Amino acid sequence: MSAACLDIRNLSAVLANGQRVLRSVSLAVQPGEVRALVGESGAGKTMIGKAVLGVLPSSVHIVEGEMLLEGEDLGRLQPKARRTLIGARTALIPQDPLTALNPSRRIGPQMTDRLVRILGWSGQRADARIRQLLDEVQIRDPDRVLRSYPHELSGGMRQRVLIAAAFAAEPRLIVADEPTTALDVTVQKQILRLIAQLQREHGTAILFVTHDLGVVAKISQKVSVLYAGKVVEEADTAALFAAPQHAYTRALIAATPRYTDPLASLKPVDEAVLAGLAAEIAAAEQAWRPPHG
Amino acid sequence: MDEARIARRGLGPRLRLAGGWLLLALLAAIFAPLVAPQDPLAQDLMLERLPPFWMNGAEPGYWLGTDSLGRDLLSRLIFGGRVAFVVAFAAAIAACLVGSTLGLIAGYFGGWADRIISRIVDIWMAFPPVLFAILLVAVLGTGLSSVIIAIAVIDWTRFCRVIRAEAMGQTRMDYVENARIAGYGRIGIMLREVLPNVVPSIVALLSLEMGIAVIVEAILSFVNLSISTDDPTWGGIIAEGRLSIHQAWWVLVFPLITLILTVLSFSQFGEALKARFDPVLR
Ligand SMILES: Nc1ncnc2c1ncn2[C@@H]1O[C@H](COP(=O)(O)OP(=O)(O)OP(=O)(O)O)[C@@H](O)[C@H]1O
Ligand SMILES: [Mg+2]
Repeated sequence: MSAACLDIRNLSAVLANGQRVLRSVSLAVQPGEVRALVGESGAGKTMIGKAVLGVLPSSVHIVEGEMLLEGEDLGRLQPKARRTLIGARTALIPQDPLTALNPSRRIGPQMTDRLVRILGWSGQRADARIRQLLDEVQIRDPDRVLRSYPHELSGGMRQRVLIAAAFAAEPRLIVADEPTTALDVTVQKQILRLIAQLQREHGTAILFVTHDLGVVAKISQKVSVLYAGKVVEEADTAALFAAPQHAYTRALIAATPRYTDPLASLKPVDEAVLAGLAAEIAAAEQAWRPPHG
Repeated sequence: MDEARIARRGLGPRLRLAGGWLLLALLAAIFAPLVAPQDPLAQDLMLERLPPFWMNGAEPGYWLGTDSLGRDLLSRLIFGGRVAFVVAFAAAIAACLVGSTLGLIAGYFGGWADRIISRIVDIWMAFPPVLFAILLVAVLGTGLSSVIIAIAVIDWTRFCRVIRAEAMGQTRMDYVENARIAGYGRIGIMLREVLPNVVPSIVALLSLEMGIAVIVEAILSFVNLSISTDDPTWGGIIAEGRLSIHQAWWVLVFPLITLILTVLSFSQFGEALKARFDPVLR
């Protein structure tokens, strides 16, 4: 079996006050596979993505565990080598397409910059590549878009631009952090379809962060369910929906609105389940000792 | 968006008025020997305290009247503009370069760099600026370059504080994080991603600072600490005008008006430029 594209083993991270935000997280993304990471707000989904991409906030420290990117242990690399590796093999599709683009730079240079300056492509090759990707995300007037400033584009357009930019350098792994949350509902579906399509065509592995089980079902082959920084269940997507093992997963599925009957199904996650989880996590916290004292 | 557009429309006449006055004053200063109607230093006791052109007793060719030594006021104001603009540009640019660079570093890198730079700024700001300037010039000796250095040494903190705060806000932006992920170095990100977003503020501050430099230079001339030659300066003219306020009010009033118009124009011009440079407001 070839190495996983991303292999996170037993990763724990703490805040300055010692509180754990990631609790011995293990998850793997195989090459070309989409793994969804679901969980409610504050569960630590973004934290995992940032840990992989090497942009954790300075207040968060990794205290144990490994992250392997195509078999290379990120923790063992020198900072510069790590940056280079992450830059070459990964990309991010962010949640908010407005703040992810620099407001005072035109789209064109923002997109080609990375290819030219980091990967050393010629300007011409980078330009051709970007236009090809803009075509793939169904932008029909690339000249106008490339000349625009971010605020001159709609939210959906901006997200297309970011998707194109993410795929442009052919990364092996893309972290998509709730890429549709900031968009309105009609645009959400198109963007999701685009990501799925480009993922298939380019064979890129994606760690897809979301809190929407509907999205999980549409896009992923594997799922990890995260609660309070802990992976409580992981499974094939189909298996998870058919037979959820953990009480929290069952509650989450039950709490997801269905289009057939939106109001009736809008109920919060069961209190008893949450109490059970809290006890489970408290027990784990009791047992856990940070390595090296 | 709408708000921005309204602000933008309101800027039209402001930019034109402020820019127009500055251009006029600047051109007059540059071409002073050609446009000044009289020799600014020529004294003529026969012509002392002539009133401005619309009053009884005015002489043709002495549009704004003369001072108590019979020197032409308009010519002195035009030549005084040379010192004012040289100081404005040189001092403001020097203060801007030092302050913006340190502010950018403190705001973007944070940590130790920020703590050290911020502490220096705090200490600097504890001195009252005008007193600080007088003290500096007293130490450096009078002269054009001392005035310029004094203003730059005092006022770099203005740039530093504002640019630090703006750069700090930028570091939280996703595009900065994205650049990190892509593998850019820190300095590259600072110059490529952060700097363009603080340029509008730098431009506005720069223009404002030019106005401030004009005032400080005038104050130093007023207390006789600026350039020590006989060359006219606005502050020097104001100081002389103050002595003859009862006999010849115009010697005080016209340089004051010139000074105020110039300072106001610089600050308005800066605001307007800022809007111009900001792609979101453009
Ligand atoms: N910069 C930070 N410094 C310290 N703690 C943070 C920081 N950012 C987030 N946290 C904390 O880390 C935990 C995990 O946050 P994270 O952003 O990963 O959640 P999330 O699952 O992505 O939630 P959401 O769905 O709202 O995006 C939260 O408890 C949050 O309060
Ligand atoms: Mg998040």
